[in-house]
Amino acid sequence: MFGLDKKDASLLLIVAVLVAFAPFFLNPFPEGSAMAQFNAGYPDLMQRFVIFGIFAIGFNILFGLTGYLSFGHAAFLGVGSYAAVWMFKLLSMNVIPAIILAVIVAGIFALIIGYVSLRRSGIYFSILTLAFAQMSFALAYSVLTPITGGETGLQLALNDPRILSAATTGGNIPVPALFGFEMRSSTQWAVGDWLFTFNVGYYFAAIIMLCSFYLSIRIFRSPFGMMLRAIKSNQQRLNYTGLNSRPYTLAAFVISGMYAGLAGGLMASMDPLAGAERMFWTASGEVVLMTILGGVGTLIGPVLGAGLIKYMENIISKINSDILHTWFAFLPDGLEDVVVTLIYPFIGKGWHLTLGIVFMLVVIFLPGGLVEGGQRVSRLFGRKKKAHDPKNATTEPAE
Amino acid sequence: MDAIILQILNGLDKGSAYALIALGLTLIFGTLGVVNFAHGALFMIGAFCAVTLSRLLSLSHEVAVPGSVDFLGNPQMRDVPYIYEIFGESLGAGIIDWAVPLSILFAIPVMIAIGVIMERGLIKHFYKRPHADQILVTFGLAIVLQEIIKYYYGANPIPTPAPSAFIGSFDFGALIGFEAGQIIYPYWRLVYFAFAAVIIGAVFAFLQFTTFGMVVRAGMADRETVGLLGINIDKRFTIMFGLAAAVAGLAGVMYTPINSPNYHMGMDFLVLSFVVVVVGGMGSLPGAVLAGFLLGILESFASMREVIAIIPGINQVIIYLVAIIILLTRPRGLMGRKGVMED
Amino acid sequence: MSKGNLTRRGVLKTGAVAGAGLALPTYLSAQDSGFTNAPSGATVTLGFNVPQSGPYADEGADELRAYELAVDHLNGTGADNGMLETFKYADGSGTVLKGSGVLGKKVEFVTGDTQTKSDAARASAKSMIEKDGAIMITGGSSSGVAVAVQALCQEAGVIFMAGLTHANDTTGKDKRANGFRHFFNSYMSGAALAPILAAQYGSDRKAYHLTADYNWGYTTEEAIRSSTEAMGWETVGTVLTPLTQTDFSSYITPVLQSDADVLVLNHYGGNMVNSLTNAVQFGLRDRMVNGKKFEIVVPLYSELMARGAGSNIAGILGSQNWDWKLENQLGAKYSGTNAFVQSFGTKYGFPPSQAAHTCYVQTLLYADAVERAGSFAPCAVVDALEGFSFDGMGNGPTLYRGEDHQCFKDVIVVRGKENPENEFDLVEIVEVTPVEQVTYAPDHPQFAGGALGSCNNGA
Repeated sequence: MFGLDKKDASLLLIVAVLVAFAPFFLNPFPEGSAMAQFNAGYPDLMQRFVIFGIFAIGFNILFGLTGYLSFGHAAFLGVGSYAAVWMFKLLSMNVIPAIILAVIVAGIFALIIGYVSLRRSGIYFSILTLAFAQMSFALAYSVLTPITGGETGLQLALNDPRILSAATTGGNIPVPALFGFEMRSSTQWAVGDWLFTFNVGYYFAAIIMLCSFYLSIRIFRSPFGMMLRAIKSNQQRLNYTGLNSRPYTLAAFVISGMYAGLAGGLMASMDPLAGAERMFWTASGEVVLMTILGGVGTLIGPVLGAGLIKYMENIISKINSDILHTWFAFLPDGLEDVVVTLIYPFIGKGWHLTLGIVFMLVVIFLPGGLVEGGQRVSRLFGRKKKAHDPKNATTEPAE
Repeated sequence: MDAIILQILNGLDKGSAYALIALGLTLIFGTLGVVNFAHGALFMIGAFCAVTLSRLLSLSHEVAVPGSVDFLGNPQMRDVPYIYEIFGESLGAGIIDWAVPLSILFAIPVMIAIGVIMERGLIKHFYKRPHADQILVTFGLAIVLQEIIKYYYGANPIPTPAPSAFIGSFDFGALIGFEAGQIIYPYWRLVYFAFAAVIIGAVFAFLQFTTFGMVVRAGMADRETVGLLGINIDKRFTIMFGLAAAVAGLAGVMYTPINSPNYHMGMDFLVLSFVVVVVGGMGSLPGAVLAGFLLGILESFASMREVIAIIPGINQVIIYLVAIIILLTRPRGLMGRKGVMED
Repeated sequence: MSKGNLTRRGVLKTGAVAGAGLALPTYLSAQDSGFTNAPSGATVTLGFNVPQSGPYADEGADELRAYELAVDHLNGTGADNGMLETFKYADGSGTVLKGSGVLGKKVEFVTGDTQTKSDAARASAKSMIEKDGAIMITGGSSSGVAVAVQALCQEAGVIFMAGLTHANDTTGKDKRANGFRHFFNSYMSGAALAPILAAQYGSDRKAYHLTADYNWGYTTEEAIRSSTEAMGWETVGTVLTPLTQTDFSSYITPVLQSDADVLVLNHYGGNMVNSLTNAVQFGLRDRMVNGKKFEIVVPLYSELMARGAGSNIAGILGSQNWDWKLENQLGAKYSGTNAFVQSFGTKYGFPPSQAAHTCYVQTLLYADAVERAGSFAPCAVVDALEGFSFDGMGNGPTLYRGEDHQCFKDVIVVRGKENPENEFDLVEIVEVTPVEQVTYAPDHPQFAGGALGSCNNGA
């Protein structure tokens, strides 16, 4: 199917189904129940899942295949968002030109930075990309304020020209749309106590994500992908065969930068504001962590990693002590307080702590990231079927 | 002229902090090859050793002040440190005043212990794992350490002043033959610079002139061969890790009077310290120190009004710009060794 | 979390009971009521979006305390009624709020973490609007966040009651019809400080500015410069410092080389703590220039952050929106102060910060506007707040101006205490600049370039 072998096609199909039915999967708890706190099926977070998924997929094309660890990838995402918002300000609120420009600008930016940085390898390459990204952040936050909006971010205003569409709608700034379909509009479907939200922006981003995922599978399986893997395993040997590896790594870098630009353009389309913090080193670090957390070099891993980190950031951080008290209200008073006190440091303002612990646990017990965890679970079920297979007798937690 | 000398002093001072952090990081990262994202957190914990000791020393009980009420109308309470009762008020106050220098004694064992526990309990298992895994685990650890400190000490900076004898500034220029009143510099910043010089010297002397240091240096160069010679290099690396933690911690302790410590100060220094180490060249201790001072001085010059007027925003990017230029002109930084973390 | 089974069963039980009575959050689907997140059940949800991680986490925590207190008072579940007792309209009658919820609905709240980043703040606000059905968003500790979230609320059709935000832009070039600011701004700081600086330090001074290199820094520097220059001061130098700077020594030493006799630190938060600490380290406070004592000015004081600078703030002038000692020291004009301090102190054991005060007042003002409008619809609330005059909220008589949704009230000029008794009592009130002196025309050049637009009810 689509030029994929059976295994890849079924992976793509599974991802497509998951993405299509995400509004159901992510809202497993009925509205109004205390567990509804854990529901992630609201438009903003679902959009973030797929957008950061695209970002991580793109990053993985560079890092997972070539082994080049870029520590400045957020710069491309930031540049893409700025390009998209400028398109909304100047041209029209249609998302298509904005996203196209975002990808192109990020691509050009990646070409320049990649051309320079790829002259070095290993840690020297990482620091070069980091330095470029930090410079972009610092300049965007301060000196370039007229272009980037600085601290407050670049946002739309009522007096923007928007030459191809109406500058205002009823005294308000128009919202990004795809030929009349507003990105923010949603329909809701109530089934009993459950409420499912279907958002235009989410499905738009999800379709783009599936395309990007498909493209990334094709890249992984192509001769070009093989060449990139060869670079990862032994660049020196490759060079000795008389082959210049630089064009290949540069191509991977630019493709990966364009993925980041796409993610940035989509982010701006869902929420038309571009802030400089998107380019700070912590943002670059985040995509590195997403990829490692999910599983470097695996197809689906980065998407899972992105999902987990964004879920923790948006869900865990919103649980406060009042909510804890309602959860444990059924316990006797003294016990309730004890339980709440024990859990409290890990939720709400302590969500970073939980994040740090999860990072450590995953990397200690699942050396291949979340994908490794998935494989272990499936092996576990596989073993149940053929219990006589001695090879799978124990699963050692790796160190 | 004196403006330039002042900026050089500022640069040396900033450079001292960069160099000390980079020195410890190089011991771990440049030589053991472990990408340690928790190194900034070690610096931060060092600073909080000073905060903790000064809190411990000023542990106090409340005594009601007669005839005075607080904002809610309850009796006004005054804190009286226990230490006043043990040593008397003047000696007690003196000890509290000297909390930061005293913290050095407190921080050395604490930091070595933390370093050794970290290495034995966690890092040891990651020597053979990909760098990606090292990044994730040490970053996770850094967050956890940072959040623990935040939980107990809050997010605000905590003022931790130098002993009153070292507060304020004096005419440093007069000492070195300048006109009076031209070069005025704070005591504590000079203390910090001298302290950094001593620590850097001690680490170099230790590696250069002791048998232990010789073995470690040999181990850095060729771990396998040293192992084959029947030398337990692992144990020595553990000690090196403890040493690196102690250097970072001491840098933190002494830094507290310059800027009030807060829980995220480690993250603020983290990226910078990686840049310093790499600019210095992987695997080179002198390189790390040199790069630290170089970047400190250039950063100071770039923040001068005259320079900003020529190139706006240069003070925002100088460190990264210099890093890019150096890495493009010298493939392995200033003094890097071939083959260390190049693939 | 480790007790997953127990939890789930428990909550399902609670959920089943509560589910019947609870309103479904009906975000963007309330066509029948005509505005976003119209509350249909017995409760109404407010969104408290404050920094809980990052350098401003403690300020965020104080804001959150104030919000919880405000909710207690609105629902009548607190130990007392706080400012509901003192909140008065221009005609002298008391507030219509009775401590029985808002429009008969019990007030509930959700919290989120802005991380002091505009992206994260918007994500958090969006989740409150989309997932929790919040009808109003409030909070924040920086202007970047306030401006970003305000624009979001305008787009989504909910009300935004800004927390601590001081840049002119929030009610200047980035103002929005659905957004309101009670806190004062850079212009007011300049206008309030200038006459007092002239009175204290003379009108023949040479000022040197260190300014944080981002929007808030620019507007503050501009405000302080223009007001002090109007009084005869000369500005001999201005230098922009990076946000991420921690050691300011290389920015301080050129001050020693110049003939400036005043240093203005247009810094906030961590930057302020560090630059002030460094300036004092270099002996600036003991310095004599041109026969005058060298002075340092911090235009915007943050009591919480000032703690980080310790004894270095002694003798340093700055401005504040409010201080908890106001009513005790300057009399009943500032009534409401003691009522708030009393209930905050009783609940938490220490006096509130100005961030806590502005957040508390904003919540009450919103609730009162809803009650007077008789509707939660944003446009009705906007109508009720525009041009609204009130008193008894701790700042004296105050006006919410309709043209730009900015509150106009007296500004407090404070000085760091020489010998503070405790960490909550770091500043002393020097003077209060009356509201007339800090009022400006809505089209003042420092606020030019934006438009409120029209109020948005959302879907």
